[in-house]
Amino acid sequence: MFFDLIRHNGLFAALTVIGLIQPFFLPLGASLLSGEAIAAEASAGTLRYLVVRPVGRARLIVAKYSAVVAELAAAIVWVMVVALIAGGFAFGYGSLPTLSGTTLGGGAATVRIVATAGYALVGMGALAAIGMFLSTVTDSGLGAAAATMAIAITSQILDGLPSLRAIHPYLITHRWFAFVDLFRSPVEWNGIVQGLILSGAYVAVFLGLALAVFSRKDVVS
Amino acid sequence: MPGSVIEVEGLRKEYRRLRGGRTLAVDGLDLSVPPGGVFGFLGPNGAGKTTSIRCLLGLVRPTAGRCRLLGAEVPGGLARVIQRVGSIVETPTLYPRFSGRLNLELLGRLHGIGRSTCTARLEQVGLGHRADDPVRTYSLGMRQRLGIAAALLKDPEVLILDEPANGLDPAGIKEVRDLLRKLGSEGRTVFVSSHQLSEIQQMCDQVAILSQGRYVAGGPVVEVLAHGRQQTMIVRLAELESGRSALVAAGLDAVRRDDHIRVNLPLTEAARVTEILARKGLYLSELRPEEISLEAVFLELTGSPPPEHAP
Repeated sequence: MFFDLIRHNGLFAALTVIGLIQPFFLPLGASLLSGEAIAAEASAGTLRYLVVRPVGRARLIVAKYSAVVAELAAAIVWVMVVALIAGGFAFGYGSLPTLSGTTLGGGAATVRIVATAGYALVGMGALAAIGMFLSTVTDSGLGAAAATMAIAITSQILDGLPSLRAIHPYLITHRWFAFVDLFRSPVEWNGIVQGLILSGAYVAVFLGLALAVFSRKDVVS
Repeated sequence: MPGSVIEVEGLRKEYRRLRGGRTLAVDGLDLSVPPGGVFGFLGPNGAGKTTSIRCLLGLVRPTAGRCRLLGAEVPGGLARVIQRVGSIVETPTLYPRFSGRLNLELLGRLHGIGRSTCTARLEQVGLGHRADDPVRTYSLGMRQRLGIAAALLKDPEVLILDEPANGLDPAGIKEVRDLLRKLGSEGRTVFVSSHQLSEIQQMCDQVAILSQGRYVAGGPVVEVLAHGRQQTMIVRLAELESGRSALVAAGLDAVRRDDHIRVNLPLTEAARVTEILARKGLYLSELRPEEISLEAVFLELTGSPPPEHAP
């Protein structure tokens, strides 16, 4: 996606790198962090200490999920900052050309790059919610992480099959790359808004399921 | 009983197994633990002790029945009182690469408890000299003691300990026993489960015996013991066989053992036994109540065939 443009402007490195890690590496991080969140505590035998604290189980889930999202945010920011610095050293910065042929000044470009990071985080947050849910139903952290990763990969494969067009709008990964539309002029909000709604729905459903399962879960490990 | 620290009413817990089966772990348990002292929770392996404790601590959701801890309904009101409760469930889990001191300090930080208290607790459980070694180098007994130190960290009114003497050597068992007795005599309520009877017998003021998920006996340890003590007496005399037949002929339940006769009558009936034997010209060399340990009572109570459960 912006590969050929990096040479002209180091700012593109930050966007290219998101496009690079979005399909696999970020989902891998999200899967591992969220899949391990509860299940690994259970298999290590520390979950019972966590549950015997004067906090509700709902708060525990929300805190764990917040921690996962914070870690993912840190990962995204770190990767983008490194890419920006490296891109700047290698190719220098300039004003950012959009996909529509116009150019963006430094301030506007920064806002859109930050928005890209935020959008990527929302997408990962949705996957992490699935991971949290799976983490509450098993005592194997790695199992939950692998299942979450499998969902991310399967979703991307299904998204690539034209004959399954009917289900594409509901796939968790379908709008992951909609951030590209931030670099049109004017911004094409349709896909981005759909992506945000889709992610929000996934978070609501799976975090809700995680809360429901965990609040009734017997901690026997 | 009002004012009980731990109240359990009709507690029932079924675990669902993956392939549709059900395991009944606790079957209608009633329990009431008065404040202060050491309360023993006794039962063979698989009797439902750990499950009951897990229910009490809100780790496991009972299928039926209710638990109250310090007057608060579990699990709903647990958050209000859990600060006043210290617990160990089975083997304590600790970070193996961190030292005992660091493990304790990390836990202490959650409760706003400082280093000096952590050090004091480590000394209290006799771990002062190994406090800075990583936990993975600890023996099972030392880990257990570190677990007790962790449970004591927030200076709890109630201690709920699941098999605290597991894996301890005799000296360690004695130390833990003395520690728990001391905590109990300070006015704390110590609720301790065990399958080691001698330990419970020496340590507890009150005891509840559990078998097959049900309460089978309980009360002050002396009373539970006395319950068994009244039942049999040991008779010793030179002519064991003629003594036995004389007693049996008189309609008593007498059994000959290696060097004595065991008569299934309370000691209050001793006069009858001596009379029967004296009439036959048999004179006793010894007559005493059978010395009964909690173990004998325990085996008698729990050794019965399992009660039938309705499917």
